[in-house]
Amino acid sequence: MDGQAGSPWQQALDKVRDWARINSPWAIHYNSGSCNGCDIEIMATLTPRYDLERFGVKLQGSPRHADILIVTGPVTRLSRERLLRIYDQMPNPKFVIACGSCGLSGGAFRGCYNIVGDISEVIPVSVYIPGCPPRPEAIIYGVVQLLESLKRRNAPAVNLPRQEGAPA
Amino acid sequence: MEAQRKFIVPIGPQHPALKEPGHFQFSVEGEIVTGATVRLGYVHRGIEKGAEARNWTQNLYLFERICGICSHVHATALALGAERLAGVEAPPRAQAIRTLMSELERIHSHMLWLGVAAHEGGFETLFMYSWRDREIVMDLLESLSGNRVNYSVNLIGGVKFDVTEKHHDEILKGIEILEERTKHYLKVVTTDRTFLARTRGVGLMTLQQAELFGAVGPTARASGVARDVRIDAPYEAYPQFPVRLVTDDGGDLLARFKVRTRELFESYRLIREILNHMPPGELTTRVPRRIPAGETISRVEAPRGELFYFIKSNGSEKPERIKVRTPSLCNWASVTQVAIGHKLADMPMILSGIDPCFSCNDRMVTINRGSSSQVWTWEELRRYGIEYYRQR
Repeated sequence: MDGQAGSPWQQALDKVRDWARINSPWAIHYNSGSCNGCDIEIMATLTPRYDLERFGVKLQGSPRHADILIVTGPVTRLSRERLLRIYDQMPNPKFVIACGSCGLSGGAFRGCYNIVGDISEVIPVSVYIPGCPPRPEAIIYGVVQLLESLKRRNAPAVNLPRQEGAPA
Repeated sequence: MEAQRKFIVPIGPQHPALKEPGHFQFSVEGEIVTGATVRLGYVHRGIEKGAEARNWTQNLYLFERICGICSHVHATALALGAERLAGVEAPPRAQAIRTLMSELERIHSHMLWLGVAAHEGGFETLFMYSWRDREIVMDLLESLSGNRVNYSVNLIGGVKFDVTEKHHDEILKGIEILEERTKHYLKVVTTDRTFLARTRGVGLMTLQQAELFGAVGPTARASGVARDVRIDAPYEAYPQFPVRLVTDDGGDLLARFKVRTRELFESYRLIREILNHMPPGELTTRVPRRIPAGETISRVEAPRGELFYFIKSNGSEKPERIKVRTPSLCNWASVTQVAIGHKLADMPMILSGIDPCFSCNDRMVTINRGSSSQVWTWEELRRYGIEYYRQR
């Protein structure tokens, strides 16, 4: 852990870490105000027809065990705080996948009074999956894109500092 | 929020189903639950207010997104109400297609529920099987409408697509496979001993209680309440294709499993009947852009129960007020009462028994054991329930 950035020991350690991270990313799913369309498609992605688990992705209950946060829906005023709390509880490095049109732009709900906005206005997002809702294939593609970018070590939006006004 | 306090639902009427982040509080004495409260509103988006800023056509898309599971019934309720205000009626073929979609949607929703409820009971195999078979009906919905979830079938005054010969054969083939599978599931939920131990006599709700708490849909019908909007006030093509009421007097979780599974058979029968007697004709009728001023209510039977719309138009392009009451909201009252006196380990099954919008891992459960209180996530409670029964 305390090796210098360029040392052979550190490089070897990084390699092992990346290998583990790419082969078994654990995901947590949070619905920040979605219509469930995306949520059931995420569930469908985990069931036998699509089977996301073959990429090692496991849906995990606790944010403390998760590497990837899959968020669906626009962020409502009430769930904003909870979303930030979940994001804060996740260990570094963490990645966020915004799933569905609402998560990308607010979608059909843009302009409604209880909507804070899209997910990227609250937490940094690494991968956007469009669609209302995205097909399971699209969700798989999105996750694979994230894993690919991890392989190339250029995943965007990692380890950003906590947002202003977030609960401790 | 104190668990002992009176039941308050502080949300707007949009209470979308599955995976919504609700918050429950149970107070327990040892293992027995003595009080339950539910905190909703995390997914309140302000759709009703938003509807006032959008025109009727835009609102069809907005209201379809109240709930991703029963999206079609929401759009249908709005379209039926708007058509009544405008004094037009969709052509018979359009009505039949709407009914067809409603029933296909019911199949998808009940299959989904069967899987989720089994998952909450720790019966992962049934979860995976029922979701695998659900893909058959998802394929049918997709080939008909072009989308797996928000189908966008309705226009005000008709539907967007026709059911061709090819669809006809495809649906019949799919339904046949599903019917075989459903027979198997009915056998599993009524004969599997481990599963029966989790469902028989659990979450008992009597007929009087069901009526008192205003339960709707399959939850009420499993307690023997003969209530189904498709029968009481037929809409769409239901007058031509009558539905047989499915009820059960059990009142427990087992009865809810039986009612929903038997409703699947009823849906298969209806779909066959509709396909074989599809009325010919137009798909749409002309509707004025401005819906005449007036008020109306519109009721449809969603997979979870009665869906109620109040619609007020002021004669402009936009509605003045739309009020929605969703079935899940009606059933919450029953679940918080039924939960009392049951084991904590039974809570996941009881909650999923009403088919709420469910299985969200991040909903929190606060357990007050005497003085100490402990916060559990949904996942932990589910695991606790499974472990508890495994040890016995």
